[in-house]
Amino acid sequence: MTSSWWPVAAVVAVVAATVVIGTFGVRVSRTTSDFLVASRSVSPLLNASAIGGEYLSAASFLGIAGLVLSYGVDMLWFPVGYTVGYLVLLVLVAAPLRRSGAYTLPDFAEMRLGSLRLRRVSSVIVVLIGWLYLLPQLQGAGITLHALTGAPQWVGALVVAVVVGVTVAAGGMRSITVVQAFQYWLKLVAIALPAALLVAAWFHRGSPAFAVGDWGTPLSGFGGREYPLYSTYSIVLATFLGTMGLPHVLVRFYTNPDGRAARRTTLSVLVLLSVFYLFPPVFGALGRVYTPELAGTSAADTVVLVLPGRVFGGWLGEALSALVAAGAFAAFLSTASGLSVSVAGVLSQDVLTHDRRLGDGVRRFRIATTIAIAVPFVLALGAARADLAETVTLAFAVAASTFCPLLVLGIWWPRLTVRGATAALLVGGTSALAAVALVLTLGPFHGFVGALLEQPAAWTVPLAFGTAVIVSLRTHDRVPRTTPAAMVRLHTPEELEASR
Amino acid sequence: MTPLAIAGAIVAVLVVGLLIWLLLRRRDLGSEADRATFATLHTASLAAPALREGLTTEAATSAARHLRALLGSRGVALTDTERVLAAEGPGSELLEMANVASVLETGRSVVAASLRDDGAGSWFVVAPLVVDGRVVGTLVAVTDDRTAVLARATTEVARWVSSQVELAELDASRARVAEAEVRALRAQISPHFIYNALTAIASYVRTDPEHARELLLEFADFTRYSFRRHGDFTTLAEELRSIDRYLTLERARFGDRLQVTVRVAPEVLPVAVPYLCLQPLVENAVRHGLEGRAGPGRITILAEDAGADCTISVEDDGIGADPEQIRRALVGEGDSDSIGVGNVDERLRQVFGDEYGLVVETGPGLGTKVSMRVPKFSPGVHA
Repeated sequence: MTSSWWPVAAVVAVVAATVVIGTFGVRVSRTTSDFLVASRSVSPLLNASAIGGEYLSAASFLGIAGLVLSYGVDMLWFPVGYTVGYLVLLVLVAAPLRRSGAYTLPDFAEMRLGSLRLRRVSSVIVVLIGWLYLLPQLQGAGITLHALTGAPQWVGALVVAVVVGVTVAAGGMRSITVVQAFQYWLKLVAIALPAALLVAAWFHRGSPAFAVGDWGTPLSGFGGREYPLYSTYSIVLATFLGTMGLPHVLVRFYTNPDGRAARRTTLSVLVLLSVFYLFPPVFGALGRVYTPELAGTSAADTVVLVLPGRVFGGWLGEALSALVAAGAFAAFLSTASGLSVSVAGVLSQDVLTHDRRLGDGVRRFRIATTIAIAVPFVLALGAARADLAETVTLAFAVAASTFCPLLVLGIWWPRLTVRGATAALLVGGTSALAAVALVLTLGPFHGFVGALLEQPAAWTVPLAFGTAVIVSLRTHDRVPRTTPAAMVRLHTPEELEASR
Repeated sequence: MTPLAIAGAIVAVLVVGLLIWLLLRRRDLGSEADRATFATLHTASLAAPALREGLTTEAATSAARHLRALLGSRGVALTDTERVLAAEGPGSELLEMANVASVLETGRSVVAASLRDDGAGSWFVVAPLVVDGRVVGTLVAVTDDRTAVLARATTEVARWVSSQVELAELDASRARVAEAEVRALRAQISPHFIYNALTAIASYVRTDPEHARELLLEFADFTRYSFRRHGDFTTLAEELRSIDRYLTLERARFGDRLQVTVRVAPEVLPVAVPYLCLQPLVENAVRHGLEGRAGPGRITILAEDAGADCTISVEDDGIGADPEQIRRALVGEGDSDSIGVGNVDERLRQVFGDEYGLVVETGPGLGTKVSMRVPKFSPGVHA
């Protein structure tokens, strides 16, 4: 544990920058001659950086390294899955989703099937997924600050909750695309530079072996993991199919001017994420050599923070620790603010709408933001501490068991009915959320039932798809009248529409 | 498991419960008779939205199901004056237009002209749908035996359906009025602007022919956008592009007197907005910003991201106006000078709901700021 002020200063700098930019925005005024520059749409690369910035959370920055350290090479499926999720998104969803004009997942449900009840169910699930995903961000902030300064865990969570709550409620994050894009590159530098120096130092010291025992053997159950094959399949399913159902991902896609740009953006995201995910496993592997005492403990998530100081010492170690700490806080803040905006948007639009006492749109959005961030904060204080990446994967599992069937079947299967979609959301959502709730409150579990609960996607996703298909076929006389029109809109390229 | 974990679990359950309660709360439901009334009213309210679309096959099909529940009869059918629009329930498929011809002809309110079909033993209770004194169709209840209760019920339901269809016609005529206003708006932009723009272009023809050519092309593109015939909505990007052309032409006329600041968040460019909803506001800003003063005037156009909405504002630093006068213009009592603003306000409310009207901040000598909020997604609204 470092007791230096460097990392703290770096964290303060990142927090201050987020507050300032988030509250005041980048105020660049344009004169008329620049009109077209001012109104040019976001380029796919910038938008992809923003998606990457918002997507790379505590799980990616800290969690993966901790899991690789503790449980071996099987855990590489996490970064692979987080990336491949975008490939699935690219192939199945990206362009039609953009053409739908939906800004949130409930919007898509309403646009495709025209049911207000389905919209409400979707809203509840969006909020729950958002909270579940916010939880590890706040926990990550807690353990980071604890590792750096020895402050109690709740301090870090409180800092992130307050900063995000205030900036989102105050300005709704002005010029958010630029801010988030910047956060991606900050995170990339903050993890790539230390990783490169660490690898260099490792070579310099005669490259001591890190793959001792079963660590490097796939599906060996290293670190005491039970049913590794089942768990791996479940992780693969959750991460591959869950990405498309995350609330803050869809919101960013709205920024694309058309379906083609949405595809190009997704392609860029794939490249950016692939580059980033090269580095966290490096920390996990080198952790086997330099910080083996962290493996299997609840402090495994701090390996990224601890390693530079342990290997280098002196001013270089402190500077690198500061850089990594800054990157970690960038991860918490960007993901948490993106999620809070999405959750608050859904809360203010679909849950608090009809209460006149709550006043106009702006005030309602502020109240919604407070609720959106306060609930996961309370949960972060109370929930059992699972590994960060594991908790995030639970959110992916819920998304994969609910919105994946809605989106994939909604886009590609004209015979989907309102009842089929609603039943899938309810069945998939209830089963996945029940597993999550049990794990977070009473876990960890053991045995095969434990594996089923801790990694539910392998059974909840097929269950949800099956429910959607069977119920839709049984209610085949209730296919919404608007289906053909909606399908045409989802699948017609914009160029054709222009010449129609 | 720690006490904290238990507390967390309890909080989680409470929060989820609260959320579900907020979404699904129902009040205490009253006596048996009350509940029957509520059920009837609810069924009626389910049928109403479809009927408000008028007497079409689609509307009739989705309404018939609820009307059948409302009447409690074996089947229900709806016809217009020429054909059967929807037939729901067993026996209803046997209905032919000949069965309802007499009702359509006489147009008299309660003709329970029940006709036997071949052997199946069904009866048709036929009641006319009357709008503005004209018979526009019939409501048919299919039953096993004649009952006075069903005849009475059918007549009453038919009367209610008639009133819904009447409202549909009202909606349609209101839409026609709005459409006519948009057309009037298109016609209204043009004359003085066209004259001024052409004069300004003419002044460059000799001195700077290249610039004059560019301006003419801008003018051509601007008119093509303003006179386009299809679509009620466009993207904010398109609307801003048109405004850019408009301002280019105005600057050719006013030169340095007209200063423009534009700040647009790229996130909101794909938002669908009503066609020509900004143009009148910018035009007013140019007029009021430069009117009655020799010095330069500044116009500021802002479009910002605000959660699920997007906020757009057009501001000038000109002479301002009396708030009372603007209020009158917004409710449609003002002079023709401000018809553009009133029209934009009305269209925004009509499309997105009353919450989304225009907000005008002004005072004599204080400049004018007109702002609007547009939701990023609204069902049925796309460019």
